[in-house]
Amino acid sequence: MNALLGMAEKTYRWLDERLGIGMVTRATLLHPVPRSVNWWYVFGSAVLTLFIFQIVTGMFLAMTYVPSPDHAYASLDYISHHQLFGNVLRGLHYWGASAMVLLIFIHMTAHFLTGSYKYPRELQWITGSILLILTITMAFTGQLLRWNQDAYWAIVVGAEQAARTPFIGTWVAQLLVAGQHVNGATLTQIYAVHIWLVPGAMLTFIGVHLYLVIYKGISEWPVPGKPVDPKTYWAEYQEILHKDGEPFYPVAISKDAIFNLIVIVTVVALAIFVGGQALGLQANPLTPANPKPDWYLIWDFAILASIPPAATPWVIIFFPAVAFGILFVIPLANKGERHFSRRPWAVAIAATAAISTLVLILLGYQEPWKPVLTLNSSGTNVLIPTLPKQDYLSLSLEAQKGAQLMHVEACLSCHKIGNVGGQRGPNLSAVGDRLTADQLTWRILRGGGGMPTYGNVLKPAQLNELVAFLETRSANKPQQAAGPGSSP
Amino acid sequence: MNLTRKVFSREGFLTLLLLSVGGVASVAYAIPIVAFVLSPLIKQEPKVWRDVGGDSSFKLGETVQVNFKYADQFNSSWAGPTQYTAAWLRKLSPGKYVAFASYCTHLGCPVHWVSAPQIFLCPCHGSVFTADGSVAGGPAPRPLFRYLTRVRNGRVEIRTEPQPTVGFTTA
Repeated sequence: MNALLGMAEKTYRWLDERLGIGMVTRATLLHPVPRSVNWWYVFGSAVLTLFIFQIVTGMFLAMTYVPSPDHAYASLDYISHHQLFGNVLRGLHYWGASAMVLLIFIHMTAHFLTGSYKYPRELQWITGSILLILTITMAFTGQLLRWNQDAYWAIVVGAEQAARTPFIGTWVAQLLVAGQHVNGATLTQIYAVHIWLVPGAMLTFIGVHLYLVIYKGISEWPVPGKPVDPKTYWAEYQEILHKDGEPFYPVAISKDAIFNLIVIVTVVALAIFVGGQALGLQANPLTPANPKPDWYLIWDFAILASIPPAATPWVIIFFPAVAFGILFVIPLANKGERHFSRRPWAVAIAATAAISTLVLILLGYQEPWKPVLTLNSSGTNVLIPTLPKQDYLSLSLEAQKGAQLMHVEACLSCHKIGNVGGQRGPNLSAVGDRLTADQLTWRILRGGGGMPTYGNVLKPAQLNELVAFLETRSANKPQQAAGPGSSP
Repeated sequence: MNLTRKVFSREGFLTLLLLSVGGVASVAYAIPIVAFVLSPLIKQEPKVWRDVGGDSSFKLGETVQVNFKYADQFNSSWAGPTQYTAAWLRKLSPGKYVAFASYCTHLGCPVHWVSAPQIFLCPCHGSVFTADGSVAGGPAPRPLFRYLTRVRNGRVEIRTEPQPTVGFTTA
């Protein structure tokens, strides 16, 4: 045993003499941190851990994935369903990415609220903001590599948005798809961006970000009423480290380690029990699609559906420009109070951003603006909602035909009756209570408010059938499943 | 001048030399790389006519989906599904057609034709277009884009175009 230990020590000495491991490790592990460093400081290291795992899982996924538009989907199908632990590996990569995006936002919010970006750590914030943009780019390009219908149309939609950039829009869009439309070079370019270009940039900026953690030190927990003054801060910080500091190892690093463990266990559990994101149907511009981005971009999708159409070109370009622009000017306010209890505006901004993002994500999943067009299982056809027969069997023959027309004429894509149909237009479950036959006829013929005119589409008999059916929709008749009515 | 003296010193000269060597090497590598990446902007794709079916096979007043190949001349052997695109073709009168791009004019999602009510529905944000391509509702800012069509020797042909808003030249 002693001989073994002796040998290990000898080997270490030999290596240390030539590599200087001890010096670097001591400088890193033993660098002093303020004793006030608490559980709000653990998120950054979790993001770093996830990034390292993303590189590892990505590297191994790349051993099977074929980045060519004619085989990418098949290779993913193989990974997911035939390769040993393939779906778990995809799950690790997907849930790792999701956790990374989520934790970056929490990491940023924590340091924003504690004013850690103030003097002398402005560049810590700037490099972090660049890393946020790069991470979102990774999340987006990663979703595209799935090469299903969502991916194909996300590229098209991405190009359409880029095309709205003033003056150079067309060029940006063409650069994005590597051509004048999605083509044979698009996927390989996205792949190269995802595995080389952006990770390379990220490694560079992570290097700077970490170097700054050591060089400028971890910020102390803010004290209300103790503002940052660039003239005196650095001396004060040194004083804190001297009087009330402790080495990063072992106390502070243990908090990081515990939180990292929780994150990793969660990601692994999700990878095992849920697996990779469903593959969906293969990219195919010739069959119908219901495209939708992953959660980390669905809020943008929701914004674009909810704003007035005239504002669209402005919002597409200026919203991200302003949002990211704000990130970069935040450290200009590098003086003053750090504690959130003295910065009500900072708290208000962070809360507004967090709440609106959550609401938009939820909205993005509900898609109330969208006509219901379900795809059949092979994705070759679009299905329009149908009313269950028992909903109208007891009605007159005319009204029964009207109920069927609700499906044929795609009324139910936008209107809800009972539990069936879309939320795009007013709910018609009790429309008979609020509109007369004449009013119904008028609405159907004229359309308006987003509804197409049916005047030149319906035969007079069909119109009467529809009206006859709709008149029977009332909240007072218990045999009809009535949902909450909304005003037209 | 202190700076002038420094530049003309042995150390200054060698520093300038090092920077120039680095600069020249970077530029020499950057030119082909930038050109390589920008080639889609420089090399414009030709527009070609694609046969989408016989004139007699389309019914008057009916809107149907037709599929055709882009004019991609270089990388089509591995391009898989990306070589093709779809259009909604409507026969207006014998020998006269209109072909709408399937891309919604809002953000480019594929619009779907619903034949009974004669409307195109967009699955992304719910834009609605009438049979003639004009906007009936939703956030779409303009009517559906149109391809050029022609009938030759009894065959209907559509002229290829880039992805709309990336540069649709016909409508």
